Amino acid sequence: MRVSILILQREVRLAFNQLGDNAMIVLFFILAAILFPLGVGPEPKFLADLAPGILWVIALLASLLSFEKLFASDFEDGSLEQLALTSAPLEIVVLAKAAAHWLTTGIPIMILTPLIAVFYQMPLSGFHILLVSMVLGTPTMSLIGTVGAALTLGSKRGNVLISLLVVPLIIPVLIFGTAAIEAAINDYPTTQHLMLLAAFFLIALVFSPIATASALRHALE
Amino acid sequence: MKKYANPARFNRLATKLIPWLAWPAGLCISLGIFLGLFNSPPDYQQGETVRIMYIHVPSAWMALFIYTTMSIACASGLVWKHPLAHISARAAAPIGACFTFLCLLTGSLWGKPMWGAWWVWDARLTSVLILFFLYLGFIALHHAFDDPARGERSAAVLAIVGIINVPIIKFSVDWWNTLHQPASVLKLSGPEIHSTMLYPLLIMATGFMLYFSVILILRMRTLMLERRIRIMRINNIYQTATTEKN
Repeated sequence: MRVSILILQREVRLAFNQLGDNAMIVLFFILAAILFPLGVGPEPKFLADLAPGILWVIALLASLLSFEKLFASDFEDGSLEQLALTSAPLEIVVLAKAAAHWLTTGIPIMILTPLIAVFYQMPLSGFHILLVSMVLGTPTMSLIGTVGAALTLGSKRGNVLISLLVVPLIIPVLIFGTAAIEAAINDYPTTQHLMLLAAFFLIALVFSPIATASALRHALE
Repeated sequence: MKKYANPARFNRLATKLIPWLAWPAGLCISLGIFLGLFNSPPDYQQGETVRIMYIHVPSAWMALFIYTTMSIACASGLVWKHPLAHISARAAAPIGACFTFLCLLTGSLWGKPMWGAWWVWDARLTSVLILFFLYLGFIALHHAFDDPARGERSAAVLAIVGIINVPIIKFSVDWWNTLHQPASVLKLSGPEIHSTMLYPLLIMATGFMLYFSVILILRMRTLMLERRIRIMRINNIYQTATTEKN
């Protein structure tokens, strides 16, 4: 437990030292959000209808960009091997990594989404569910991202490959995240969608560290 | 089972098996196509387009079956390190991807006259599309590394993670209100379609299964030969390098 907290601290500190990288992801998120109204037209009614879907899609794209960096630098300078040799099981190291990734990219995205929702004139009745769905969905994305990052570690075309591996697994989060917000806007019950999102999170919490750790062991062999 | 994990023994067995699988495969598929096209009634609602089903449904079954066997092979390859397990998974993946593509293609050809759309985003169609991308990811991951053994193991982990999609595809028509019709053949209460349609369907499915076995064995042999050629080449380079040194 102590080791995992130390690793978490190290990851967060490293992430803050490389603020530029995370700032780029946030910037990408904002840029993508600007492109949609310019592309599909500024009609307020239309934008408000599209808002939940667009917000989730760009949140997904922004986090896809950040997955490649998850293990790459640790793998290159050998610190991943050191982490694998610590007394903590590799699964715990992976969980700490995923937590750090969520703290540094998931939370900024979560803070930005309501702001962008305002610019898209999304009805106010959807805002609380937007936040809840993001709270449940972004950690799931971080967890699934670790699997993709570990599987492609040291490969030739990292980033495109990660997207190909991770997108099919993240699609359910996107579907139910969007469905929850749309249900809230239209006054339908949202519990079922949120419970499914929570279920995805719990499944990812249990299984993705196992898969990631196994993939990392193969990468380090 | 362990006895046949030996590549040399597998090779001998494969040579004997192929004619016994290939001829029945050709026979079943031609008989199935004949029965499906000429000797089965048109549907009372769908008319003649129902005949697309004789390709569509067996391909869908194969897509799921191949993915499941592939993941089992990958898991046993990771656990017991059988030399043939990873090779069989790698050989099966493109065949499975083709069956999935065939299933999506025939489905969309049927969807246009029946639903009025080439594609709808319901749970069944989306989950099969995800299956197609899982196959592509598996194949891409195999080729992504300089060290083939590393690609093999990474792809194996992906195949095992992706197995979660298989029950989702199977039960998507029960869990959600989909435009795609629910299961009518593989049911606990027995099949719900008439025997004149059921028999061509089952014969086609048997034919597809035999066809898959033939192609799988051929591809496994090719992959093993490829591996041997690569090792021989490396040995050659090594030997010329050492003789030049002397």
